[in-house]
Amino acid sequence: MKTSKKTIENEARRDFLKQSSVLSALVLSPEKAIKDPNWDEKIAAPFEKVPLKLEINGVKHTLNVEPRTTLLDLLREQLHLTGTKKGCDYGQCGACTVHSDGQRINSCLTLAVTEEGKKITTIEGLAKGDTLHPMQEAFVKHDGFQCGYCTPGQIMSAVACIREGHANSEDEIREYMSGNICRCGAYPNIVDAIMDVKKGGQTV
Amino acid sequence: MKAFQYVRANTAKSALEALAKDPSAQFIAGGTNLVDLMKRGVTAPDKLIDISRLPLNKIEKVANGVRIGAMSLNSQVADDKLILEKWPLLAQALNAGASAQLRNKATVGGNMLQRTRCGYFYDTEMPCNKRQPGTGCGAKEGYNRMHAIFGTSEHCIAVHPSDMCVALVALDAAVVVQGPKGERTIPFTEFHRLPGDRPEKDNTLGKDELIVAVTLPDSPYTQHAHYLKVRDRASYAFALVSVAAALELEGKTIKSARLAMGGVAHKPWRLQEVEKALVGKTVSEATFQQAAQQAMAGARAFEYNAFKLKLAPNTIVEALKMAAGLTA
Repeated sequence: MKTSKKTIENEARRDFLKQSSVLSALVLSPEKAIKDPNWDEKIAAPFEKVPLKLEINGVKHTLNVEPRTTLLDLLREQLHLTGTKKGCDYGQCGACTVHSDGQRINSCLTLAVTEEGKKITTIEGLAKGDTLHPMQEAFVKHDGFQCGYCTPGQIMSAVACIREGHANSEDEIREYMSGNICRCGAYPNIVDAIMDVKKGGQTV
Repeated sequence: MKAFQYVRANTAKSALEALAKDPSAQFIAGGTNLVDLMKRGVTAPDKLIDISRLPLNKIEKVANGVRIGAMSLNSQVADDKLILEKWPLLAQALNAGASAQLRNKATVGGNMLQRTRCGYFYDTEMPCNKRQPGTGCGAKEGYNRMHAIFGTSEHCIAVHPSDMCVALVALDAAVVVQGPKGERTIPFTEFHRLPGDRPEKDNTLGKDELIVAVTLPDSPYTQHAHYLKVRDRASYAFALVSVAAALELEGKTIKSARLAMGGVAHKPWRLQEVEKALVGKTVSEATFQQAAQQAMAGARAFEYNAFKLKLAPNTIVEALKMAAGLTA
């Protein structure tokens, strides 16, 4: 029930956004908005959807997606898992980092259909109930963020960095975390958080 | 992103059949470059054939070398015990490229086929002979700081962005490709092309072919090999100049050498003449300075990349010194 309510809210929000984008498009370029056959939202509807099975944060999903849907957009727009962030959307910032079968990837450069059958973990899947994951605890303890927008990607990447065995020194952490950009510049604290978890020896 | 049809292939044969049916289709493996290009409208295929599940991801010891399946991930190759032991230069080059996330998706075959990061190629409002033949080269008279100093043509001055390929070309790799008529092998030096008057063609892979593997011969370059990448930030940036240097030493005498550059040409830039000249020489700063000078013959800079004429030889000297163990 909760999900369906959410869906309705989200669709209402989307309708609003659609309308407002029509309005702004009309203001900016009336002819283009009306005549351009490539106008995205108009032609999207008839496209065939592909069935897709994914396990996300331990829950099995049977979905239908357009082939051009990225894993990031699927997570955020269809499944409302908005913890995973869209930063650049071009694989340059790492805000969209999730785990696919345990490996960290950029969900923005991943077409959802290519992940058929895989187990995806997002930031929402790290904590156990109200108990934060050790890496989440460490980011809080070390103040590993300022605005927090890059944080879900940083944390997913940091967990993978330790699991891969690439967190043996501050230099190694900096190198293997280089795919996650933080415009606030919280890097020293992020490195401290990762070193702390690594030294603590907890299973991540 | 423009909508497209999606087909998932389970064997190399079915992938090639799907391609034969629709020659305008494109293969997608890791997609780390292709999806980026599709989002920006640089390329807009009507059909994608997903080859990421092809059983071509094994790294196998074969007689006289190793065979790396084309679908092997960049991270998988970089962490492979056999590669680390016998071809450390390749692992170094792979780890110098992209980010951990991208290396977990990008495949060996896809890395070879990645397109240039020239800003004029990426910007669909700009002229670019590679993206749209006949429109001209925006970079030649434009902002060409990242661009080539070797092998350019009046039609294109873009560089190939791969690090992996620089190590592969230095290590005498070969590319195994499969087509309707069966398999053929292309020496790595002949896989990528110079732009000439066909800059839209990055390589010599047939339109009806699929890369299935890369092979490397056994190599004596296990001890004295170094990949040095110079870039605008410490990590996660494309090379301004990179050098793959490998030496086979007997005491202080060079028995054989392998040398290639990245970030300087439309293809990974192997320096075979310089390698030959190094044979028999004694390891020293002077020897390497001489090699670097020889390597720069024929270099030509543009308005914003003249710094590469100095940076490239310096990087060669430094990489050779590191390979030889002359620096701390």
